[in-house]
Amino acid sequence: MTVTDLKQSYSDSPKPKINWARIEEAENFANTVKLFRQGKYDEDSFRRYRLQHGAYGTRMTNDYAMVRIKLPAGEIYPNQIEKISQLSEQFSIGSAHFSTRENIQLHWVILEDVSEILRGLAEVGLTSREACGNSVRNVMCSPLSGVCPDEEFDSTPYALATARFFLRNPMSQNLPRKFKFNFTCCEKHGMVRMVDVGLIPQTRELDGSIQKGFKIFLGGGLGNRSFVGHQLEEFTPEEDLLYTSIAVLRIFDRLGDRKNMARNRMRYLVNDMGWDKFQNLVLKERAIVRATQSIVTNLEVDHTPSVIKRPIKISDESGSPNPDGYTRWLKTNTLKQKQSPYHSVFITLEAGDITSNQLSELATIIREFSSEGHARAGFVQNIALRYVHEDDLPRLYSKLLTVGLAKSGALTMAAPIGCSGTTSCNLALTNSHRLAKEIQRKFLELKLDQDDDLRDSSIKISGCPNSCGQHGIATIGFFGGGGRVGKEMFPNYQMSLGGRSDGETMLGVTCHRIPAKRVIPVILKIIELFKQNKKSNDTLKDWIHRIVNGKEDSEIKSVIDMRKALDSLTIPPTKEDDPDFYNDFGSDSSYHTKTGKGECAA
Amino acid sequence: MCSMSQEKIIKTTTNVDSLRSEIRDKSVRVIDVRREDDYKQSHIPTAVNLPLANLLSDDSPERVLKLVNSMGIDDETPVVVYDDTFGALASRVAWTLEYVGHSEVSLLETTFSTWKSLGLENDNQVPNIQSKEHSLRLRPEILATSDYLEKSKDNSDVILIDNRERLNYLEQHIPGAINLPYRTLATQDKILRPKDDMKRLLDNRRISGDSEIITYCGSVGTLSGLAYYALKSVGLPNVKLYVRSFKEWKGLEKPVVKQQDAHYWDLSAE
Repeated sequence: MTVTDLKQSYSDSPKPKINWARIEEAENFANTVKLFRQGKYDEDSFRRYRLQHGAYGTRMTNDYAMVRIKLPAGEIYPNQIEKISQLSEQFSIGSAHFSTRENIQLHWVILEDVSEILRGLAEVGLTSREACGNSVRNVMCSPLSGVCPDEEFDSTPYALATARFFLRNPMSQNLPRKFKFNFTCCEKHGMVRMVDVGLIPQTRELDGSIQKGFKIFLGGGLGNRSFVGHQLEEFTPEEDLLYTSIAVLRIFDRLGDRKNMARNRMRYLVNDMGWDKFQNLVLKERAIVRATQSIVTNLEVDHTPSVIKRPIKISDESGSPNPDGYTRWLKTNTLKQKQSPYHSVFITLEAGDITSNQLSELATIIREFSSEGHARAGFVQNIALRYVHEDDLPRLYSKLLTVGLAKSGALTMAAPIGCSGTTSCNLALTNSHRLAKEIQRKFLELKLDQDDDLRDSSIKISGCPNSCGQHGIATIGFFGGGGRVGKEMFPNYQMSLGGRSDGETMLGVTCHRIPAKRVIPVILKIIELFKQNKKSNDTLKDWIHRIVNGKEDSEIKSVIDMRKALDSLTIPPTKEDDPDFYNDFGSDSSYHTKTGKGECAA
Repeated sequence: MCSMSQEKIIKTTTNVDSLRSEIRDKSVRVIDVRREDDYKQSHIPTAVNLPLANLLSDDSPERVLKLVNSMGIDDETPVVVYDDTFGALASRVAWTLEYVGHSEVSLLETTFSTWKSLGLENDNQVPNIQSKEHSLRLRPEILATSDYLEKSKDNSDVILIDNRERLNYLEQHIPGAINLPYRTLATQDKILRPKDDMKRLLDNRRISGDSEIITYCGSVGTLSGLAYYALKSVGLPNVKLYVRSFKEWKGLEKPVVKQQDAHYWDLSAE
């Protein structure tokens, strides 16, 4: 008998269907780092190579990297979570970070250890390949696809097939810039009009039978300049999905700006050319692609239905049936699926961060509670556990509570997004990451997650104008910068109002500059003003929507009125009166802006 | 006739199966370094108890020698040490035995919890030990003091390794140190990675060859003790333990460096 013979096994828990990894890439990466250190590889080529393999630079240092692990369609299996837990402890900071694009990031990894992470990922079929650089980034899919009551059909298999088609495809190795696909479930859950290619499943009746297809939006995107995407055509049948994708990529590859890094996302091309012209070009290009593919190219869409099997209860029924906080959690963290009596349960993480211990507990929880045997990463740095049987919810809550994953408010305004900011990013001007955590703590303390009027609003924070925190589509959005009083600097945020990513997608309207230490009081003031002026059945989102569109008739009629109402909160105190005002969150020394070189464009 | 290897093969860890047979043959002294209460509840059969705290209360060579004698260990007795703290406490004790001149010492490849979870023998009997006489042959070449470290750390032939967790390292470390967190050394069920794995990882970090390597950690040389054995397990010939570690270094107000201009602590979910 040896030790390994007796290792606990979960042989019956579902394993990932697709292996995204290539083990030889780990070996190659290790060798390339060695050559680079020996000076046999120039900086630029090495950087491109590193980014193509998913290792991003780190703030103010060349010794560390961030490894971005892709979760195509957001899917992640328990054995993969366990592996990431180990890797985060061994090679990172003992925590991992869920991003807004269904990636898991390991930060502050020593460059020489990246290959060890790639090796570990390959053991469980995961990859970081093309997670950075000028490639097709992780293909996203709504965490509710397949269970959303409002969807026409499940777009997950199409998202996976698209990811599979473009990963390592020569066509997408050297694009003018990064390129993003988002699949979703329905209009309401959104996120398709602020990305290069956004897709909503839809059906139509044709000759008496139901035909599947998509509503495709092109040329949207958030960034230094953000744009809302345009719908290509009324209905794109599923057979045309791949041809359309290839056509769009080919146009971008051919016409995209390869010189001006700041303006080379496809949305600039669409904007410069004008939508009608671009649309025309795509339709023509698609006809050419369709006609000239030497062999019939199909997406390998796997329609095998997932096995839904309620896990056998392993632990006994201990603990009270309705533990403290259960009702609140049930209301703010769970949704009924179209498959009764199943629920989808959302786990909110402070700005997407989770410890290695929590990850390993989470793996067990998924095995014990999800009848589909895996989890999905969400749109807002969170995790969805789907197919949880109604009767198991109290037990699941108790379990989550014991490992610190039962914070309420996951589906509400109390779960703000914060990009990594000055915790690791070279471009960041402020600690947006910590600010998001502070806001969440304050909201939960004030029990604002339980307020139905606030439920559909959102707060999103970026540490610079580059929108990784998606501030442009937030009800209340912030991006960081520096403010100045005489010689003294303080962390400051540009606040925008009324952004949204649903069927009425629009970018937030600039409202005011808010010093970092005044962001929370300002948000609370906006809520107070809303409560004073709201109509019955009004939500904060509706109210702000009317304000930014000049359709509100109460005290606050416009963004300018709002600005005036908040003015008094934004005046900097003297350093003698309030020295803390001049420090950023998480810092006890005077604020100054400091940035390095960005690598979003390789 | 085949020639004997010049180098003595160093056995760093003892696997579960070998230890069980050595216990049956009564050819080994097993040391349990957990707290006395834990030891009394159950331990590996025939094991004696030497809680790490007991050793650390006075780890002068003379005292250590007395402890060694009282555990019935002479120069020839093979010793296997185990703990329940991923091998770090056991490493510190094993290193101390080496330091006073005992060469036949190795670490159990796994922890007591794993041993038990495998359903292997354990009992609560305290063995009757006959005291023995061990000679004292100090091995200063495996010890680094703060003075020594300060003199040699800038030497290009010296690699200084900090085995604390990444965030602690970023916050402050001894100038010139590289970071190899102790968690990196182990696998899920073994206190040390397989040799090939460890070697590849160290090679990537350019920790190889004949360099002098000094390990340190937070306070008493446990995490870095484990690293000491990890490095030895791949045959690196010249490894020293800075046994008083960062706590002493800071206490002496010697220079430290910090990763500047980044709020990495706020990325932690702790």
